[in-house]
Amino acid sequence: MNPSVIAGLTGATLVGLGLYGFILHPHPLRKLLAFNLIGSGVFLVFGIVARRGAAAGFRFDPVPQAMVITGIVVAFAASAVAVALILRLSAANSDLSLDPDARAEPSDGEGP
Amino acid sequence: MSVLPYLDVGLALLVVAVAAWTVAARALFASVVSYVAYGLLLAFVWIRLYAPDVALTEAAVGGGVTGVLLITAGKRLGALHDIGPDVRPGVGLKLLTGVLAALVAGALASVILLLPDPPPSLAPEASAAIDSAGAGLGNPITAVLMSYRSFDTMLEKIVLVLAVAGVWSMTADEAWGRAPSPFRRSRPYAPTIFLAQMLAPIGTLIGIHVFWTGANAPGGAFQGGALLAAIWIITMMARLAEPPRVDARWLRMALVAGPAVFLVNGLTGEFVAGSFFAYPPSVAKPIILFIEAFMVLSIAVALPMLVAGPSSEGSDQ
Repeated sequence: MNPSVIAGLTGATLVGLGLYGFILHPHPLRKLLAFNLIGSGVFLVFGIVARRGAAAGFRFDPVPQAMVITGIVVAFAASAVAVALILRLSAANSDLSLDPDARAEPSDGEGP
Repeated sequence: MSVLPYLDVGLALLVVAVAAWTVAARALFASVVSYVAYGLLLAFVWIRLYAPDVALTEAAVGGGVTGVLLITAGKRLGALHDIGPDVRPGVGLKLLTGVLAALVAGALASVILLLPDPPPSLAPEASAAIDSAGAGLGNPITAVLMSYRSFDTMLEKIVLVLAVAGVWSMTADEAWGRAPSPFRRSRPYAPTIFLAQMLAPIGTLIGIHVFWTGANAPGGAFQGGALLAAIWIITMMARLAEPPRVDARWLRMALVAGPAVFLVNGLTGEFVAGSFFAYPPSVAKPIILFIEAFMVLSIAVALPMLVAGPSSEGSDQ
């Protein structure tokens, strides 16, 4: 197996792991982390498209690589907005759970 | 016999193991630390894919700054135990989710194994466009970002500004216009201050170097800007600097400088070089470096503001 196939399979595994964590973790920050795992897995899959597209004297296709660089920065910006939303949610509501059943019970105000 | 294939497999297993720990760890803090390590390991994978530019970005933004963002957020939430053990998912749901995740990963993996041969590539088109318009840039990634696909890059800068606006819009009414709360409330330890004082001048130089060298070698505006942003965050963590008030005029000017200069140059290209975002070939490289310098400024200001969060009450004393 060449490095790009190994990296591609790694990316696929990361998407699976991230999806698992994203669905199962009740804590919103953990969900955000898992979502970032999915994102970097997708970038990696796109990265091997770049590696395979080596042509015109390059060892890679520069277009997907440039798009991944843009993507990493945009993913960070989106994460920062998500964190701000989560912190605002916790300030407005002492219960952080995204589970509607858990939210129905009155909380004893252990928020920040 | 080369040892590289074994290293590749070992690296892949390590990345997957650290990612699994990020998902499986019980404490949020352990999970975030694991994510930072994961970002750095992923940078090695990118180097193996001949993508040093992506590796630099992943290490600086994907691992480093995202890690600081999440650790700061975890601290501000104060309680990592907001969610009681009663809302933990049951075994059935775990099993079902596991099967779903495995199916998605398996489908992706099979697509990767069945990718078309010969692979499609935009490299020849990019190469032609770079030779005509991005004259004098030795780094094809920078040429694509700043010349062949410059519109994408400008929009991405605007996304950063929008994200800052989004974060600031979470401010409570009473706190509007004040500074974001400091990165740590308590007095920082002496080693933290020493580290910040040591790193600030060196890191600033390296950041500018990475930007400047990005025209011809791996590096560029994103990576250099992210390094400068990290330096500012470190000095704020050591309380050598405090986050600025969000209504400060210099801050807002610096935030919009990158996209604004980019847009003005793009419009000028319409009249001077015949099309939107075209540069006259004879002065393409100086123009690109000029735009990039303002992009570095905007990135170096936007990333710390995104990490610092909305302004808060009582942060002005």
